[in-house]
Amino acid sequence: MVDITPSNARQWSRLGSRGVFGQAILAVAENYPQMMVMSADLGNSSGLDRFKKTYPDQFLNIGIAEQNMIGVASGLAKEGYNVFVTSFAPFISMRAAEQIRMNLGYMEMNVKAVAIGSGISMAFLGNSHYGIEDAAVMRAIPNMTVVSPADCAEIFKVVEAAAEFKGPMYIRLTGAVNNPPVYTENYDFEIGKAIALKEGSDVNIIACGTMVYESLEAAKILEEQGISVGVINMHTIKPLDTEAINKLIGKSKLLVTVEEHSVIGGLGSAVAEYICQFKDTPPQLRLGLPDAFGKTGDYRYLLEKYDLVGPKIANSIQGLLREVS
Amino acid sequence: MEKITYPEIVDMAKVMRLKMLEISYNCTLSTHLGGGLSMTEMMATLYARVLRFDKKDPRWEGRDRFILSKGHGVLGYFSALVAAGVISEEVYNTFQTNESDLIAHPVMNLDLSIESSNGSLGQGLSMAVGIALAAKKKNAPFTTYVLLGDGECNEGSVWEAVMSAGQLRLDNLVAMVDYNKLQSDGAAGQIMDLGDLANKFRAFGWDAYDIDGHQIDQLVNAIEAPEVEGKPRVIVANTVKGKGVSFMENNNEWHHNRLTKANFDLAIAEVNLVATNPGEANG
Repeated sequence: MVDITPSNARQWSRLGSRGVFGQAILAVAENYPQMMVMSADLGNSSGLDRFKKTYPDQFLNIGIAEQNMIGVASGLAKEGYNVFVTSFAPFISMRAAEQIRMNLGYMEMNVKAVAIGSGISMAFLGNSHYGIEDAAVMRAIPNMTVVSPADCAEIFKVVEAAAEFKGPMYIRLTGAVNNPPVYTENYDFEIGKAIALKEGSDVNIIACGTMVYESLEAAKILEEQGISVGVINMHTIKPLDTEAINKLIGKSKLLVTVEEHSVIGGLGSAVAEYICQFKDTPPQLRLGLPDAFGKTGDYRYLLEKYDLVGPKIANSIQGLLREVS
Repeated sequence: MEKITYPEIVDMAKVMRLKMLEISYNCTLSTHLGGGLSMTEMMATLYARVLRFDKKDPRWEGRDRFILSKGHGVLGYFSALVAAGVISEEVYNTFQTNESDLIAHPVMNLDLSIESSNGSLGQGLSMAVGIALAAKKKNAPFTTYVLLGDGECNEGSVWEAVMSAGQLRLDNLVAMVDYNKLQSDGAAGQIMDLGDLANKFRAFGWDAYDIDGHQIDQLVNAIEAPEVEGKPRVIVANTVKGKGVSFMENNNEWHHNRLTKANFDLAIAEVNLVATNPGEANG
């Protein structure tokens, strides 16, 4: 089990989500001799260089062939291997989408697909490398579990849980280097169980990935203005923790979802699909990336541009809260 | 008249053809008869002679693995399973009825010895590569067999898998291609000509055989030839789509079609004429 301390959290933040994924899978592999990790020729870019050296027999670079990677992984899983496949978000979730549908969804093979650099952290590499629709695509496939860890500590937690989990999973890693930590001490993590980080009675924010930290920042700003704001880390987008949402419905004037993903099809959509069946639910503000392939820039610049930083999230919430109050 | 070799396999192929015509007619729906009939000898050879399996224990670890990559070839697959006694007549006769386990494409069901779900073309070889790789890693002595259609070799993912099998030196993997030269919309040569398939595989490091896919001795010799270390094997089986029923042979109307009573009777009568025992054939 990983030990989360303020100093570890700082160090992981400097290393970034890819490097931490590499560390996490290296740490976990020790306990899982049947683990196989595959890459479609992006091993080094996925933080797997040390894994390759430490467990050469448990690593396979299948070449730049994501579709074949999913099929081969499924064959290995069928024969008892615990397989992690890795690539950049669009390549693994969309180039190989139908292979994931057949092998992971339909046949429920024990394969975890890890999307490196999802969201917009690929910055100047551009839209070809962004993962802005991956959660939407993966969430629509039956039997898929879709997880988006909030920070580097939670990447450890998710990798530990995924290694133990039997079945298909999509793990969406957002954030680059120096994303500030949400967690600086040990906590309990369970797939499918949201974590209430802060309680609030006016506004409740449901966030995942990098947006958990930004939502906490937004909450601080709003609290200073006398608005009571709760924040939930909905690290598992599917299956959605509906019990956690039920608790918020009656006690919020406004529900807010925030994600580093298109506003179409991700966490915001999942929450909206759930609450729309009830009478008298609060309005929902869906914050995320626009449905567009925009001009690109560095990661922080893009988060600012798309209003996905704490102060701007606070502004968006204030704007709508005035209208609904 | 050509001497019949391996009469028990020829006999099984005949039973399979009758069986596939029966369920096609009985379900009253269109079925993929053409591609089922073209693979009959390949499947009969596998299930009558080659594959190691335990009818009483379909999950036996040591079983050879078979993947039907051309998923629409279920008539050739399920008829082999029933003829070999792997699945019961009762299960077989549920084909294409509501809630049946047996539909137009395989649905993974180890209790029925169906290893994988297929139907989306170009995916079975990748899984077979993974299974064969797992066998290598575990030192498990089973062999992995996969049957592909020629049409599905249009899919790029097939060639990703072909490359990887060569690279991974999977000499415990045998792929068979049902090269009947007709695909859904027409002649493969006109749609996407695959040309010399065996040499394409050879170029990727495979041990390739180019044979008549209806001749049992050629099939047996190719499958059972000594293994070439480090090379996966491919058997490019030149076949006739619709083989065994004259009005279906090389007639792509029977790629996916429904049998009328008249057609059914005609087809059954033709298949019944096939000689199966050596005395008859040599006489």
